[in-house]
Formats: sequence, structure tokens, C-alpha cells
Amino acid sequence: MSDREHLEGEHFMSGDEACSEGAISAGCRFFAGYPITPATEIAERMSDRLPEVGGTYVQMEDELGSMAAVLGASWGDAKAMTATSGPGFSLMMENIGLGVMLETPCVVVNVQRAGPSTGLPTMVGQGDMMQARWGSHGCYSIIAISPDSVQEVFDLMIKAFNLAERFRLPVLVMMDGAVGHMYEKVVIPPLDKIHLVTRRRPDVPPGEYWPYMPDEDLIPPMANTGEGYRFHVTGLTHDERGYPAMDPEAQDKLVRRLVEKVERHRDEIIELEEDGTDDAEVVVCAYGITARVATIAVERARREGTRVGLLRLITVWPFPEDKIKSLARQVKAFVVPEINYGQISLEVERSVAGMARLALVPHMGGDVHNPATILEAIRQVIK
Amino acid sequence: MNVLAVTDEAREKHPLEDYLRVDRLPHIWCPGCGLGTILGAFLRGLLKSGLTPDKVAVVSGIGCTGRVAGYIKLDSFHTTHGRAIAFATGLKLAKPELKVVVFSGDGDLAAIGGNHLIHAGRRNIDMTVLCVNNFNYGMTGGQFGPTTPETARSTTSRAGNIENPFNMSALAAASGATYVARWTAAQIHQMEKSIIEALLKKGFSFVEIISPCPTYYGRMNRLPTGLDQMRYYRSNSVVRHGANPNEVGAGTNGQIVTGKFIDIERPYLPGPRDGENGG
Repeated sequence: MSDREHLEGEHFMSGDEACSEGAISAGCRFFAGYPITPATEIAERMSDRLPEVGGTYVQMEDELGSMAAVLGASWGDAKAMTATSGPGFSLMMENIGLGVMLETPCVVVNVQRAGPSTGLPTMVGQGDMMQARWGSHGCYSIIAISPDSVQEVFDLMIKAFNLAERFRLPVLVMMDGAVGHMYEKVVIPPLDKIHLVTRRRPDVPPGEYWPYMPDEDLIPPMANTGEGYRFHVTGLTHDERGYPAMDPEAQDKLVRRLVEKVERHRDEIIELEEDGTDDAEVVVCAYGITARVATIAVERARREGTRVGLLRLITVWPFPEDKIKSLARQVKAFVVPEINYGQISLEVERSVAGMARLALVPHMGGDVHNPATILEAIRQVIK
Repeated sequence: MNVLAVTDEAREKHPLEDYLRVDRLPHIWCPGCGLGTILGAFLRGLLKSGLTPDKVAVVSGIGCTGRVAGYIKLDSFHTTHGRAIAFATGLKLAKPELKVVVFSGDGDLAAIGGNHLIHAGRRNIDMTVLCVNNFNYGMTGGQFGPTTPETARSTTSRAGNIENPFNMSALAAASGATYVARWTAAQIHQMEKSIIEALLKKGFSFVEIISPCPTYYGRMNRLPTGLDQMRYYRSNSVVRHGANPNEVGAGTNGQIVTGKFIDIERPYLPGPRDGENGG
């Protein structure tokens, strides 16, 4: 192993750079993308770093092709990723759906900027959270995670690749322009301290292999291209053999499994951070850069004597509704600040189901919340 | 005439049976469609090329030709509309020892996938693209597309197409392909030979195959059966190797110039490596 393979040690780097390093340490050896602010630095670093570690960087003609190439590379036995922002994320939705349908492990990073459309290209937004969940057509479940620091970007890239390989689907890393362009200390641990997961391979010979015959955990082993399995995979509704099956029964069986393979493993997937929620009367629920801002508001509210907890969503999808439900029985109110006009707050509202009050603190983007605005929402909601 | 009941045991094995998913037959293609003929030529060409079949992957887009991937018994991918070449680019770059073949239609490759076609040619990605051109969108019911000849009728141009069509071979050549040939589905042997050459060519090789769609294009344009279209190809095709692809369009209202137009050397991606299929 060359000493450039894994940059163990302390670094001062941006979220976008840490994203690339996390990917490299996770074993990512293929990047296909299209330059877009504020995710460009990820592509730039990958174009430098991948050749150093025997990987491949390809700059595609658009994000439609980037996402398709990522899927192709994953079937070519590479841990593969792309990185983009809102406008590119919209284009990638087409083949994110194919990734779900073909059950293709890969990682898609979205360094969110403010939209809609071209919006504020260089400035922060969190407006793609519902698109992450529902953006491709049809019914499926997805995994999305959201880091709030440069160190966590590194750590979550490893988690993202592990989840993708384990559950065979595109995992979405929902960064934001603030975290992507922020510089902080990052500690890259020794490689032997990093737990890596790789896709399960079939243990049956070619001829006996059915590409979509799931194991007990609903996840089918994935054959490698070029090893004689002669498998067929299709974006059409298919049976366990991978053959098109144009009937409601096959559709029912397939879609239920695609959803259930995620939902049944919620406990294994979901990661949250709680601070002072045990005896809280108000819980602020936030993710990404907004969780960092919310921390300031929470501290100020505590100094005023309010019992405030912070629930930080590291995993956003599948949504941790059980956690919200159990907190809703205990607290008077939730406060949900996010850099959009209300997306994750809708999920909180659904989970709370009327058991507590809820205050959305929307912010349209371009910069982060003023902590005073979140503090005021905390004061108002317990009045 | 005697009708013989042939049992499975007595049946002579079809020479291509090992490379077809016979458990998926009969196929969905219409009577008179050219795709069966073209698929046969591809498989015979592949076996004659000397490539190791287990190291060949076929990628299709969407449409009638997109269904080829589902009948070929090789590692095969039926992807999204227009994205077959982009998917294949990722597959080839990640695993250079594979021979990657894109098998798709004119609508898939020239319309929704046109951007990927020209950029794959520009990059000179080492893959073979077989473009089955039937001058319309067959799967969705015979609408005009980017290759439909001017004045030709379709289900969305009943009074005649008012748009100028793409010349697919010229488009591939202008983009940078190192091998470009055009044949009709009536020129089976030439087509097969070209497929072998394209499979063994380093870089982006492109074979356009003009193919009948009796159900829609033919029926709406006074060539209502596959046989009518095949006869039309026979009477109107000329072979002109080395012709400038810019000067040889391929409609059904004039002469169809066929042949090998381009066969050049140019640096390709991924670069030559040991262990490449056929290399």
C-alpha cells in the first residue's frame, strides 16, 4: 500500500475535501461527475486522489450520465460515487431510481445550495430533503444521512459506503454548502481502525444463481460482471431470476421487498445524537449545519432556565419516527429549524401526531439561521 | 407435407442456444421485425471473433432494441432510456478487461441519449455500439423520431414529418468513432463481418443497422410487411466502402448507401492494459 492510499493523521481541510478522503478511505475507486458549485471541490480532489490509489475519475457530459456511469462502475466491481448540488441532483433522480431497482451499491453526495432552479449557487440551502426521499418516481425506501461537521463528513462517507454495500442501494449524503465549504480539523484514523463492509457475493455456482433471490435479510447476493454468472438485470419489474415480470403479483413482491429491506433494518441504520433530551420540555430537532446553529440557541435557552434538548438527525431517511414519538409523549413542544420552508418538520409533525406542539423555524437559504430566531421560537412555543 | 412431432431429446440443438435465454422465448418482437436477424448476426459474430463470451457484457437502453439484453445469455443490463452508453462507460472504466457492447435503437441513442453518444465518441471509449435504426419509436407505437426521414408518416406526423433527420453514421463519425459501418437487415453476412471487426476494434466502434418495423413505420409508409421492407432494402441499397458518411443519408425515400465508412486508429480510453478481452 502506498502512503497516499490512506492519509492517516490530523488535517485541516474543507468538508468537500473530507468527503473525498472519507470516500477514498472507504475504498471508493470510481468517481463520475459533472462540475457544480458548491460540490466542485469534491470532484477536483477525487481527480487528484483516485489516480494515486489506482482508481478512476471520469468527468461525464451531464449528471444524467454521471449517475448512469456510477451504476455501471458499481456493477464493474468498484465502490463508486458521485457528488453534486441541487440542479444536478434533480437530473440524477432518473438513475437513482435505476440504482434502487437494480439494487446497486453506490453513494450520491448532494452539497445542498439554495433553490429552486439555479437559485443561489454558492450559498447554503437544505431544500432537497424531501427530494432525497421521494425524488425518483415510484415507490421505494432510501437511506440519507446528514453531517454537521467536517470530521463527520469524513466519518459518514465511510458509513455511507458501508450502508450502500450492505443494503445494495444508492445512499444519499445530504451535505450543505456551509458544511462543504467550512474548514475544520479532521482526524483520519489508521486504516485498521476503520470498519469496512463489502457486498455479499453469491455462494452458488453460475447456473444456480438467481440475481434477485434474497437471503433471510431480504438482500440478494450480488454477482460480479465477467465471472461467468451470465446474469440479466433490468429496470423493469422483475422476478427473482431478474427476468421482466409484467404482472401485479411480481410488482407487489418486488416493491414490498425493496421497501422492507430498509424499513426492517431501521435500528441498524438509524444514527441520532441527543443532548439533554431526558428531562426536556422542549426538543429542538435539526440536522446538518442548522444543528450547529441550533446548539447556540439551546445553550442560551438553558441559561434562561428552560429545559431544552437537542435531537440531531444524523440519519434523516429512514425517518426516526419512533424516537420522535417517544419524545412527543414526554415534551411540551418541538422546534424544527431548517433551511427551507418546511420539509423535515412535516415528518416530525406526522410522528408527533398531535401529542405535542410544533414550531417550524423556516429559513429560505443563502445563509444560516440567526440563533436568536431559534431562541425566540423556543420561548414562544412554551408560552 | 408431413408434420413431425419433435421431442426435446430428438431436437437438434440450435447453434446459438447456449447464448440465448431460451426460457424467455418466444420474444416480444413483431413478425417481420429485423431484430431477430440482427441478434443472430451479433451472436454468430461474437462467437467467431474469438472474444471470451464470459468477459462480454451487453448493455441496452429502452425500446424494442433495448429488449435484446434480456434475450442474450451473457452478463446483460437493461438500463434507462438513453443512458446505456453512459452506464456502459462506467462499467468499462471500472473493469477494463470486459468487452462492453451497447445494443440499442435509434430513438434511444440519437434522441434522449444523443449527448452520451457524441461524448463517448469524443472520448473514444473502447466499446462497441450496435444501433438498430428503424426510423421511428416502435415500442411506444410508431411516433416520429430524430431519424425519421422528412415527409415520412408516423403516429405523430400523420401529414408527413417536417423535421430533418439525423444521419447516425455521420454523427458517430463526426463525434470521433474509430469504426463506423452501416448495413441493412437484408445484408446479413456483411453485417456479421462488420460486427466482428467492430468487436475487435480498439476504441469507439459504431455499426448502424437499418431494420424493418412493419407494424408502424412500414405500415404507415407503404411498406406494410417486413418482407416489403427487406425487398426495398435489396433494391435500393448500394455498398460503397470508404464513402464520406456526411454524404450518405439513410432514409426510405432514396438510395441507402451501406458499407464500412470509417476504420481509423486513435488513442482510446481506458488505455491498453494486460488481460483485456481479445487483447
